[in-house]
Amino acid sequence: MLLELHVDKGMKILIVDDFSTMRRIIKNLLRDLGFTNTMEADDGTSALPMLKSGSFDFLVTDWNMPNMEGIELLRTVRSDPALKDLPVLMVTAEAKRDQIVEAAQAGVNGYIVKPFTAETLKEKIDKIFERLES
Amino acid sequence: MENDANGMNSQLDLARQLVEHLEAGDDESADLVLRQLRAPYERELFDELGKLTRELHEALNSFRGDSRLVELTQDEIPDAKERLNYVVSMTEQATHRTLNAIDEGLPIAESLNQRAQILTESWTRFRGRKLSVEEFRELAQELDSFFLTTGEETERLRSLMSEVMMAQDFQDLTGQIIRRVIRLVQELEENLVGLIRLSSARMEPDGKSRQVAGKDAGSGEGRAVGPVVPNTQDAASEVVSGQDDVDALLSSLGF
Repeated sequence: MLLELHVDKGMKILIVDDFSTMRRIIKNLLRDLGFTNTMEADDGTSALPMLKSGSFDFLVTDWNMPNMEGIELLRTVRSDPALKDLPVLMVTAEAKRDQIVEAAQAGVNGYIVKPFTAETLKEKIDKIFERLES
Repeated sequence: MENDANGMNSQLDLARQLVEHLEAGDDESADLVLRQLRAPYERELFDELGKLTRELHEALNSFRGDSRLVELTQDEIPDAKERLNYVVSMTEQATHRTLNAIDEGLPIAESLNQRAQILTESWTRFRGRKLSVEEFRELAQELDSFFLTTGEETERLRSLMSEVMMAQDFQDLTGQIIRRVIRLVQELEENLVGLIRLSSARMEPDGKSRQVAGKDAGSGEGRAVGPVVPNTQDAASEVVSGQDDVDALLSSLGF
C-alpha cells in the first residue's frame, strides 16, 4: 500500500506492441491499476517520434515487432539525450537467457515474459518506480 | 590469323568443290564435302554443350553443399508442424479458459438478476403499502442476504471478466508463432525457385535467390523469434521457464 504512493497514477505511458489485442490487454491492466494516461504504438518506428515529442514517463514495449524491434527501440531511447532516463519495461515472449542478458545490458528496467499475469505487471511496475525513487 | 585465313581458304575451296560435285551430279562426293564443311561448327557446338554441362554440374554441387533446403527439410519443416500443433492446443486452451469463466459467470449474473427482480417486486409492494408485517420481515431478511452476497458475487464476476481478458493473450502468442511459420514457408519457396532455376539451365551463376533466402535464415544472435514451442529446436537453446526464472537471472545481474 505504501509503495503505491510513490507511483504517479497520472503518468503518461506508451504501450508498444505490434498486436493490437496485446496492446488492449496491457492498456486494460494498466487501467485496472489506476493508470489511465496511456497511448499506443505498433512498433519501434512509430513509437520513436511519439516518444520524442510526447513527454512520456514510462515505456512498455514488446521485443518481436516488424521494422524496429523492441531491443532496438530500447537502445535508441538510451542513446538519446532527451530520452535516456525513461523507464522501460519489456513485455515479450522472447525467453532466451542471452536475450534477457542483452536487454539488461541495453538498460532495460524490467523484463516480463509472456504469458504473464496482472499481478506480475503490478509487481514489476512497483519495483521499477521503487528503485527509481531510492 | 593465319589459321583463320587458311580456314577461310579451305572452306572456300570446299565450297567450290561442293558446287562442282553438285553440278556434275556426283551426290556422294557432294555429301562428303558437305560433312567436311560442317565439321568446325559441330566441334564448337559440342564444346559449348560440354561447358554448359560442367557449369550445371558445379552449380548443382554447390547448391547441394550449402543449401538451406537440407536444413529446412530436416529440422524446420518438422518443427513447423510442431509449431502449428502448438498453436492449435494454445487456441484450444484459451477457448476453454474463456468458456470456463463464462460457465461460472453466467449463473452468477442470472441469479443476481433474478433476486433483484424478486426484490424489486416486493419493494414496489412495500412502497404501495401492500406488504404485511410478516412479508416485510421476509423482505428485510432477503435484502440483508442480498447486500451480503452482491459485493462478493460482483467481485467474482469482475475477476472472471479479467480472466476472459487475459485468455485473449493467445492471439499475440500464436500470431507470433504463425508468422514465424509463414517466414519459413517463404524461405522454402525461394529455395525451391532457386532449385528450379538451376535445373532449367537458365540459372544465374551466383544463385541470387539463395543468397537472399540465406540472409534472413535461422535465428541469429539477438533476433526475436517469438514464443518458445516445446518439442522443437527452440528447446535446444537456453531458455527461461517462466517469470521466476527471468527474475532469478536478472537478480544475478544485479537487478
